[in-house]
Amino acid sequence: MKPRRILADFNVYRREFTRNSAALFFSLAFPVIIILLFGAIFSGGSGGTPQLYVQNLDTGQLGGSFTTALNQTGALQVVLVPSNASFPQYLLDHSYSAGLLIPPTFTTEAMAGKPENLTIYTNPADASSQSVIGITSAVINAFNLKLEHTSPLLGLSLKSVNEKSPSYVDFLIPGLIGFSILISPMFSMVNISSEYKRTKLFKQLSLTPLTKGEWLVSKILWYLILSAISFIIMVAAGELIFHASVSITYWVIPFMAMGPLFFVSLGMLVGTVTKSEESAGIVGNIITFPMMFLSGTFFPLSVMPAWLQGVAHIFPLYYIINGLTDTMVYTNYTGAEVDSAIVAVLCIVVFMAAVTAFKWRED
Amino acid sequence: MNEVSSSEPDLVIQVEGLVKNYGNTRAVDGLDLAVHSGEVFSILGPNGAGKTTTVEVLEGLRKPDSGKVSVLGLDPWHDGYTLHKKVGVMPQGFRFFDKSTPREAISYYASLFGTSPDAEEILEIVGLSDAADKHFQDLSGGQKQKVGLALAMVNDATLVFLDEPTTGLDPQSRRGIWDVIRNLKKHGSTILLTTHYLEEAEQLSDRVAIMNNGKIIVCDTPSHLISKYGSERKVVVSGGSKMYEYLKSALSFRVEAVDSESVQIYVPSSTDILKVVKAIDESGLPYEELSVRRDSLEDVFIFLVGRMKEGELS
Repeated sequence: MKPRRILADFNVYRREFTRNSAALFFSLAFPVIIILLFGAIFSGGSGGTPQLYVQNLDTGQLGGSFTTALNQTGALQVVLVPSNASFPQYLLDHSYSAGLLIPPTFTTEAMAGKPENLTIYTNPADASSQSVIGITSAVINAFNLKLEHTSPLLGLSLKSVNEKSPSYVDFLIPGLIGFSILISPMFSMVNISSEYKRTKLFKQLSLTPLTKGEWLVSKILWYLILSAISFIIMVAAGELIFHASVSITYWVIPFMAMGPLFFVSLGMLVGTVTKSEESAGIVGNIITFPMMFLSGTFFPLSVMPAWLQGVAHIFPLYYIINGLTDTMVYTNYTGAEVDSAIVAVLCIVVFMAAVTAFKWRED
Repeated sequence: MNEVSSSEPDLVIQVEGLVKNYGNTRAVDGLDLAVHSGEVFSILGPNGAGKTTTVEVLEGLRKPDSGKVSVLGLDPWHDGYTLHKKVGVMPQGFRFFDKSTPREAISYYASLFGTSPDAEEILEIVGLSDAADKHFQDLSGGQKQKVGLALAMVNDATLVFLDEPTTGLDPQSRRGIWDVIRNLKKHGSTILLTTHYLEEAEQLSDRVAIMNNGKIIVCDTPSHLISKYGSERKVVVSGGSKMYEYLKSALSFRVEAVDSESVQIYVPSSTDILKVVKAIDESGLPYEELSVRRDSLEDVFIFLVGRMKEGELS
């Protein structure tokens, strides 16, 4: 392995790729278009007056008058939640994005002159969350003035519904990162490995000091960089346009490193073992398309019937997306550990198979 | 297979009894070959004769089934990696990355080989200076082939393999490539050329091997092959049966009527041509055309390959 040769081959491939507008479109722009499209369809603001789900557990009078005051602002529509409901879960279960919890001790504490906090649950990804918080704060301020205490008695503690239930866009980001890790290396490698075989370009390269290992490494290197760029674009688009909130820790690295490695190897393997470009394309599509739709790319697995969720477990992309979702959305690193271990094993197997099957020259 | 030592010091390629099968088809059938340093050696043969297979074995791209093969003193299959650094190869139907330019192609190969050739000079030699920054996919067929030639020059090879370098090109591009090959020879490179254009072999080669059915039928300089296997010089004149009758009685040479119009007279030596012309003049008969012909390598090739098909030579 000579870095000089890897770099030379990397540069040739980089130029081939960046001079090909179709390749650039499908690897970088296409996933962004999907995030814009799906994000707008599924998480767009509904418009109109935002609804606030209030659970009033107060045993005194103050809670009731606070609720009335909120409703009278006209900027919110207060919906009362039965007092026997378990509150944050109730919001999640009904996919309500804003809720206010008035504690049982609200009146008694306020009368005793003790500070008291109301808890508001919002979904930061929801466009109306800021106005709900603003309006509630304003009503709290008015009540503080009325209670004529030297220091404000009532406060507002903010909680995110999102902590347990990610918004659609939060979920879409790791899904589409997985999507771009899949399609670009997979389609390109299937295509070039069968095309270079047909045009005898591999044979030609075998007549130079470049080794097939160096050739493969330079492709993996390119798709690592491309996936990293795609990652940045996708997170930026999600955060800026849809106010998604994903957490980025070093735990994304194993998936962003192994994902491209896996699909470069898999694409290579498909292009190598098939006889013609046509059959390579067909086999590539048979592998790629079900994996693309069923691995949790565009919608969560939970919306699919159980048997289909079972099917998803056979797709390597499922573990990559699941691992990225664990890391970025749920900050569940134990889950990510398991997923990364599975992906690592798959990577080794497919990489070895690709290197073994891939021949520069024939006997 | 053990390393083959060259018995003669200036032998660049030495092959003895090479056999290569594809399944049940025998592509190369006990081929012997010796190429000397500095010569342009051509392998001629009809499609399917085994030319490309032979060249690919010599390049280390295919494993021989049996026989001894030595190229620059190396066994191409086992020492291919070492060999490839020393030879230049332009494979049949050369292709490169669609969106790379000839200049980039040269710099890519230079990085792979770890050499620092003068790209401008190479572009100049192969005649690509004007197209140096065009994408490969936008080049003409001849220009694409020239990129292949340029890349075969990047590592300053002493031995260059050119497998059908002009196939599919128009006559003008073909002549452009010939100039490049002549240039390479001037620089002292040994060139192994395969072609099915007889004129190409006749123009460029020091020696020619005619191959058919996996074997070399004959191997010699083009002019020796022509004088050995070609027919005598002949004078061809139009004039019909009257001319035929007249010349047949007037001359002691062999006279044949080719068709109702043309008559051909075989002449053993060039001085006899004037005797024939004189006889034609003295006949007083009208004629439209008069020409002197000699067999080309093409005639020899057709003669030899044809004879082989009839089983006379095999």
